[in-house]
Amino acid sequence: MNTNRKWGAALLAVGMVAGLAACSSGSSGGNASSNKPLTILIGSSGAAETKAVQDASDAWAATNKTKVTVTAASDLTQQLGQGFSGGNPPDLFYMSWDQFQTYASKKYLEPYAANQTNKGAFYPALTKAFTYKSKFYCEPKDFSTLGLIINSDKWAAAGLTASDVPKDWASLETVAKKLTTGDTVGLAFGAEYARIGTFMNQAGGSLLSKDGKKVTADTAENIAGLTEVKKLATAGVLKFPSALDSGWSGEALGKGKAAMVIEGPWISGLKGDYPNLKYTVAELPAGPGGKSTFTFSNCWGIPAQSKTATETESLVKYLTSDAQQLKFSAAFGVIPSTESAAKTYATTYPNNAPFVKGNNYAVSPVAFAGAASVIADFNSQLEGIASGDPKAILSALQKNLQSALDTANGK
Amino acid sequence: MSTSPLPRPAKDSPRNRNHGGGIRSGEGRFGWLFTAPAIVIIGVFLVFPIFLALWVSVSDWGGLGSPINSQVEFVGSKNFAHVLTSGGLAEKDFGTSIRNNFWFVVFVVPLQTALALFLAVQVNRRVLRGRSLFRTAYYFPSVTSAVAITGIFAFLFASSGAVNSVIAALGAKGPTWFADPRGLFHIIAGVFGVGDNPPVLSSPVLLELSWWDWLSGPSVAMCVIIILVIFTTSGTFMLLFLAALQNIGIEVEEASLIDGAGPFRKFFSVTLPMLRPTLFTVLTLGLIGTWQIFDQIYILGQGKPAKTTLTPAFLAYQTSFKDLNWGDGAAISFILFAIIVVLTLLQRLVLRDREKERLDRPLSRLLAAANAPSAQNIPSAQNRGGR
Repeated sequence: MNTNRKWGAALLAVGMVAGLAACSSGSSGGNASSNKPLTILIGSSGAAETKAVQDASDAWAATNKTKVTVTAASDLTQQLGQGFSGGNPPDLFYMSWDQFQTYASKKYLEPYAANQTNKGAFYPALTKAFTYKSKFYCEPKDFSTLGLIINSDKWAAAGLTASDVPKDWASLETVAKKLTTGDTVGLAFGAEYARIGTFMNQAGGSLLSKDGKKVTADTAENIAGLTEVKKLATAGVLKFPSALDSGWSGEALGKGKAAMVIEGPWISGLKGDYPNLKYTVAELPAGPGGKSTFTFSNCWGIPAQSKTATETESLVKYLTSDAQQLKFSAAFGVIPSTESAAKTYATTYPNNAPFVKGNNYAVSPVAFAGAASVIADFNSQLEGIASGDPKAILSALQKNLQSALDTANGK
Repeated sequence: MSTSPLPRPAKDSPRNRNHGGGIRSGEGRFGWLFTAPAIVIIGVFLVFPIFLALWVSVSDWGGLGSPINSQVEFVGSKNFAHVLTSGGLAEKDFGTSIRNNFWFVVFVVPLQTALALFLAVQVNRRVLRGRSLFRTAYYFPSVTSAVAITGIFAFLFASSGAVNSVIAALGAKGPTWFADPRGLFHIIAGVFGVGDNPPVLSSPVLLELSWWDWLSGPSVAMCVIIILVIFTTSGTFMLLFLAALQNIGIEVEEASLIDGAGPFRKFFSVTLPMLRPTLFTVLTLGLIGTWQIFDQIYILGQGKPAKTTLTPAFLAYQTSFKDLNWGDGAAISFILFAIIVVLTLLQRLVLRDREKERLDRPLSRLLAAANAPSAQNIPSAQNRGGR
């Protein structure tokens, strides 16, 4: 009798442990209803973006009688990696341009875009950015280009006028010097390829050959671009955000520690934190090789073999419609990814017209599968550009990037 | 807890088990039963994941679905080779992370041990007023969350933060702590006029890093993390030393005083030797903990500036979750594991009880000599030998 009770207690204990273990693997069963609730994981720029995406999804969910939960990731790449490895990825997520090729090559993504009815509405450059092995995988949700953001008050205080807006490197140096005062540095941007690369392109360089088969990182043009950045940094008119106690250059602009920054349309998010900030946007100054800027985009990623693909494809179609994209623009400043909506955007927001204009000559940053870790290494070298040797940095990049490209093409 | 008979491991003699009845029947069975929850928990949450990770490190799992499925293939030591001998970025990153962590350990472990011992001796004084206040104060950083303390340090060492303000008040200009990738020894070498990357030292020697890279010392940013870790952990180790100090009887102290030992002599010749087991514990725990540093790195810059705060633990995380090279990430973890085990064994070897051996050796020789004629008659000596 006593023995039996003990056996029971022990079995109960084992059962509880087993139950605990079972819980950890998440819920696989349950919910058999036709309208499954959907989850969206986004890398949000702030509360405004999260709310806009949630509102749009709710509107779609209401007509489709389902429920959509939008989660803003604190670290999107990490959370996505965790979701996929745990066999439990979100139904829909922001797929960033720099990780797209890696994800596509690892067969994480459903190539749904080619079957969507609105697949032809997007800018060709954006379609190309989300094409892997000539398959259009996912629809771009918006795009951004880089521009020169100028603090209007500091600009006026330095005695500069609209005609002084820099058109080339020489005038950029001149105004940056004029704008540099005790507490303010003339120019600031992140020490990363996604900013400094524009200088290399403006000098006429590029990291890949036209056919995309060879890395051309250590060319004279790229060295010239990097040397220009080094020149600005050593002259003390350019500082990187970390030296200005800022997480990114927009913060430095808002705090008044930088008079000019190179950022994208997301800069409008600053109005929440710094309501008194006044700024104007200009196209990036041209280098010896002409005008150049980067275009960045995220697409709406759907995991491969997703059980909810039908629903999410319909949701994506709704989210990428011109009307909805313009609503997103109003909420957090992004430029619509469809050509027709982008035209409306440029007329509605004339201040941001330089960003849209930039897309005429913008290129996508290099992002083939496996390039991300090489670019990350390049970025870490760029932090020391002020005292570094542009040629040495680029020859290291040449070697690493070529080996990554060979690996990517070998697959 | 249960008042049932004590569980016994299944070592029960067969006689007992076969008998069936009696008061001790089925003890082995109960033993297994009562340990079952612990075994299941350890198995599910510890043993199984370790073997799974080991499998990932020798497979080509791409991070999609379970690592145990028919599409995942065994690739042998490919991932390890990629990290250790590929000659590319993966190897260089790993070398850099080992370099950073090595200097981190070299600075943190001795300093935190010395500081912990110093604090323990201070708060152990019988004449100190408000001892418990000091004990609490020094232990406080250890109880506080690492994240909170790291956050505070981020503010203190910001380029216009409190530390730099103090330095500025003293008339000097503080560095931009978290953005300064220069190695400490490189800075010192620079003071003596050694230029950047002298050609003699600039060719790669090990893991794609040159002597110049290996000898850089911790970067300025890493120094902040070193200070931070010493500050947080020395309180914990102080507690261990304090417990050991309180085990040293007052009579030992009095005896040394009677023998005419001054405070320094007493500390180095009496107290410190008696603390040896604790010292070993503290050094081992310190060594293991410092090689696994992750939280502080994750919060303060994630390897920035210029990868000088990249550590193997963080690199393993980054390689797995960001670059989706799960095999490489797992391989890095196991290499790190091997490094920790080897270093701990090495430390054990160095710190083994030489004192005791020195005493024991003549003693056992003496006993052996005494035993030689009639060894069988002295069982106690045999016991001693077997000790």
